[in-house]
Amino acid sequence: MSEKEEPRIGVFICHCGTNIAGVVDVKQVVDFTSKQPNVVFATDYTYMCSDPGQALIKDSIKEHKLNRVVVAACSPRMHEPTFRKTCQEAGLNPYLFEMANIREQCCWVHMGEPEKATEKAKALVKAALAKASLLEPLTPMEFNVERSALIIGGGIAGIQAALDLANAGFHVYLVEKEPSIGGHMAQLDKTFPTLDCSACILTPKMVDVGRHPNITLLTYCEAQEVEGFIGNFKVKILRKARYVDEKACTGCGVCAQKCPVKVPSEFDLGLGMRKAIYIPFPQSVPITHTIDKENCLYFTRGVCKVCEKFCPAKAIRFDQQDETIELKVGIIINATGYDLFNAKKLPQYGYGKYKNVITGLEFERLVNASGPTGGKIVRPSDGKTPKSVAFIQCIGSRDEHHGVPYCSRICCMASLKHAHQVKEKIPGAEVCVFYIDLRCFGKGYEEFLVRVQDEGIRLVRGKVSEIYENPETGNLRLRLEDTLLGEVMETEFELVVLAVALVPRAEAPALQTLLKVSRGADGFFLEAHPKLRPVETHIPGIFICGCAQGPKDIPDTVAQASAAAAQAAIPLSQGKVTAEPLTAYVLEDYCSGCGVCEAICPYKAIELKEVEEGKRRAEVNEALCQGCGLCGAACPSKAIVLRGFTEPQLMSQIEALSSV
Amino acid sequence: MGKPKIACYWAASCGGCDVSVLDIGSKLADIVEQVEIVFWPIALDFKYKDVEAMPDQSIDICLFNGGIRNEENEHMAKLLRRKSKILIAYGACAYLGGILGLANLATLKELFSRVYRETPSTVNPENTVPQPTVKVKEGELKLSPLLEYLKPLNEVVEVDYYIPGCPPIGEKAWEALIALIKGEKPPKGTVLTADERTVCDSCPRVKEEKKIKELKRIYQVIPDPEKCFLEQGIICMGPATRGGCDAQCIKAGLPCKGCFGPAPNVEDQGARMLSALASIVEVNSEEEAKRFAESVADPAGTFYLFSLPSSMLKRRVK
Amino acid sequence: MRGWKLVAEEFTPKIIGFTCNWCTYAAADLAGTSRMQYPPNLRLVRVMCSGRVSPEFVLKAFQLGADGVFIGGCHLGDCHYIHGNFKAITRYYLLKKMLQQFGIEPERVRFNFISAAEGEAFTQAVKDFTEQLKRLGPLRPSGGEGSGEA
Repeated sequence: MSEKEEPRIGVFICHCGTNIAGVVDVKQVVDFTSKQPNVVFATDYTYMCSDPGQALIKDSIKEHKLNRVVVAACSPRMHEPTFRKTCQEAGLNPYLFEMANIREQCCWVHMGEPEKATEKAKALVKAALAKASLLEPLTPMEFNVERSALIIGGGIAGIQAALDLANAGFHVYLVEKEPSIGGHMAQLDKTFPTLDCSACILTPKMVDVGRHPNITLLTYCEAQEVEGFIGNFKVKILRKARYVDEKACTGCGVCAQKCPVKVPSEFDLGLGMRKAIYIPFPQSVPITHTIDKENCLYFTRGVCKVCEKFCPAKAIRFDQQDETIELKVGIIINATGYDLFNAKKLPQYGYGKYKNVITGLEFERLVNASGPTGGKIVRPSDGKTPKSVAFIQCIGSRDEHHGVPYCSRICCMASLKHAHQVKEKIPGAEVCVFYIDLRCFGKGYEEFLVRVQDEGIRLVRGKVSEIYENPETGNLRLRLEDTLLGEVMETEFELVVLAVALVPRAEAPALQTLLKVSRGADGFFLEAHPKLRPVETHIPGIFICGCAQGPKDIPDTVAQASAAAAQAAIPLSQGKVTAEPLTAYVLEDYCSGCGVCEAICPYKAIELKEVEEGKRRAEVNEALCQGCGLCGAACPSKAIVLRGFTEPQLMSQIEALSSV
Repeated sequence: MGKPKIACYWAASCGGCDVSVLDIGSKLADIVEQVEIVFWPIALDFKYKDVEAMPDQSIDICLFNGGIRNEENEHMAKLLRRKSKILIAYGACAYLGGILGLANLATLKELFSRVYRETPSTVNPENTVPQPTVKVKEGELKLSPLLEYLKPLNEVVEVDYYIPGCPPIGEKAWEALIALIKGEKPPKGTVLTADERTVCDSCPRVKEEKKIKELKRIYQVIPDPEKCFLEQGIICMGPATRGGCDAQCIKAGLPCKGCFGPAPNVEDQGARMLSALASIVEVNSEEEAKRFAESVADPAGTFYLFSLPSSMLKRRVK
Repeated sequence: MRGWKLVAEEFTPKIIGFTCNWCTYAAADLAGTSRMQYPPNLRLVRVMCSGRVSPEFVLKAFQLGADGVFIGGCHLGDCHYIHGNFKAITRYYLLKKMLQQFGIEPERVRFNFISAAEGEAFTQAVKDFTEQLKRLGPLRPSGGEGSGEA
């Protein structure tokens, strides 16, 4: 349609049975409408949305050569898609359609005032006409989707999502910054409330990932650059040199046996030791060893090379360099997990000062059969078995002033599990959990609470205010108020375990910038809608799962990971995405590059490009634009236009509504 | 053909516009050679009756500065319109209403009361207020009655072109005039000497991210001379103000006040700036939004410093 | 002349409203579906986000004779477009302050956070606003004067 073509508007006023016609004088509205400028045809019908109603529209478009259609009926939220399709079927661009809401927002709310309702209906129709005259044909955009996925984070969330997508037939690049996948779950001993061994359920999945033909495992790698949009992300991955040939290494472990350097193991949280060439834990995937450059004698002093000498596979490569891998993927899943709250920030608990104050995750390593103590619960100070153990809840959690305001959700159950494990391994031990509230809401959780109570574990409601150590025995005295008894008490334990909060990854701000996604006030990554779009982000094509989105336990993490995979599979299986054409565009002649739009776009869809020295112009990436119109309302020179809601269109509606 | 006839007139203005005409130094002598000045109250001795005596359309170009504040202004606007082939609204006041237009936020009564009674420096025990006529022994003196509100020139007569600025840039204005004299006539209504883009386009300051936490007044901080004023929290009208001035205030270390008026695609300069400013402030609660609004000392005076009478609301509504 | 007709002597305020598609417009629909009744003074313009509302829309409405302007958006934190309503509310408060300088009472512009589930809240907001404007009286008692239209 040429721009200069005069609008020829057809108006169709719906009775909606008696819904509309029972209140609004439809004939009067038709009469009024037919006298409006640009209206070449106006009529009414019982049900415009019915087949004959739609046929009436289609026939009229042809008969009267209509180039705009206005339907006055129910809410556009109800039937706008229906009538757009009707127009399209009659060969009219669907975006040359406008609706007047004379049911929900007129006759149904002014049932006792038919005259006023009729007047209002006229105004609403006139506003729709005004906007319709200024509508322009639009075409939805279509993009091809690269049928592959990038998953950042190789914990249980990333593993689950990777397996689901790979099994659905899509190629997955799983990026993990550590030398092995597994994440926090690999460090756990048993999982609540079923007490199945964490490694037993996790490692088969890790192995599956490692050998899946559709999964490219990129461990010891980090995402560095992300460009593009849904279906067409270009990603640069930094592959850190591990100085071992991944293909050649068989994981035999001779190198680690022979390596003379011992350093505290990160995996065991410093409770055990590893070598300078190592795998984090026995079931690591991949089994490829990694040289820790910081501690390796060859790298620090230029001597040794014992590993190279003894490696039967000749896999050691001291000359390996960091490299950058470029990938093209259609979607990205953020499964980067969590960090633990630093308990040293709360000095009253003495963590880091008193050896026998440990965190829950450290306890997991102590109680784990493959851990540094072979599964024996011992005190770090003297290696003795503690006869009394205290668990203190909400270290950092629910503490607006010194920690984080939210509940970390897993700690109540984790501590109850730990308490049970103490009872199991140290018969007769005194075990006490100090809590604010016990939150045991999941499937089988309340039952588990009852079970550990029956085992003789003491539950004391009260927050420990201070811990101090008896320097001779290494025992710890806890001071607190038992809020149920209303008594201040002081009590002694041989080992104290702190249930520390789950907090956003330290790298979260960097990842936020990289992916252009949002984070909530708590610092965790934000989902698109808290209820209805829990695994999408505001950026189409970027999904989220696991603790990156907020603290959660393993069942919830796995469920969310599968959900993210299922959502991600939609564009991947379609092979293309279409986007609403109601997006913003820049009138370059008026743009002065002030940058207001760029700063406020919620989707980072606007970028300022330097067109010549010192001259910047805004550019909208229409694939990212979601059509909110913030930019148009803010642009100080009105150089950005939101299609379908342009300034002249909306102004014309205001004028029309004011004139009747 | 004789030399082109030029007239300059000032209505409600400060005189700065007239000075800007002289602002080109010795070049003025050359220009004066080429044109004939037929009316210029501030510089040459002509009387209104001389103008009245001229045939209609006999002035080639009339530069009209100042807003229309009293009946005399309005009369002269109409007279000069009739006598001139090309009428140019010269300077921010004639073009947009100008600073004097801020008085449109008050009624006449309030204005008189403020000026002749309330200001701290006023000593007026007899409550003497100017009257339209006053009898003295030589006869009756007349003052032109004020209009209820100040209007830009185009609200009382048809205007051919506009030259923005407070004051306009003399050199550029003369260039534009010479082009007109040569017969290079842009479409009617063109804002001469102005860019299509805003001041930001010619501003040399570094722009990084337009996000601010709070506003700062220029006396509260020592602004970074390299960095965008707005990004430092200092209100600069540059983004909402038509360019053409070569960002001269900004280059001299002062934020733009908006004298070149709205961008070409914009009807209401103040509303645009208000919207842009409120959009870039980072607000995390309704309370913070309120607090921010409170921190803008004089929104109308800031955003409409030069354009209030030509804005959408034009003046006090009630 | 203008259509919000004066019925008997009673002043019926003219209200132009702007609501976001996702929350307040949906709430207005819900009010209809639930047959909640409110005065017919309000006429809505649908925008996708309250952050799309330019201050000029409000000025235009007042210029053309509205006695009040209503803006409705999602609750803070629930915006369909992440932070659009924060932009809207910040502009709103600043505009309100400026309108006072033009002699327009701040009560003549109203912003309500109304979710799609709050048909009742929408109905109440329209009722309250209409009553409030009735108490304030017409913005331009003399009709066209000062409407800014030549």
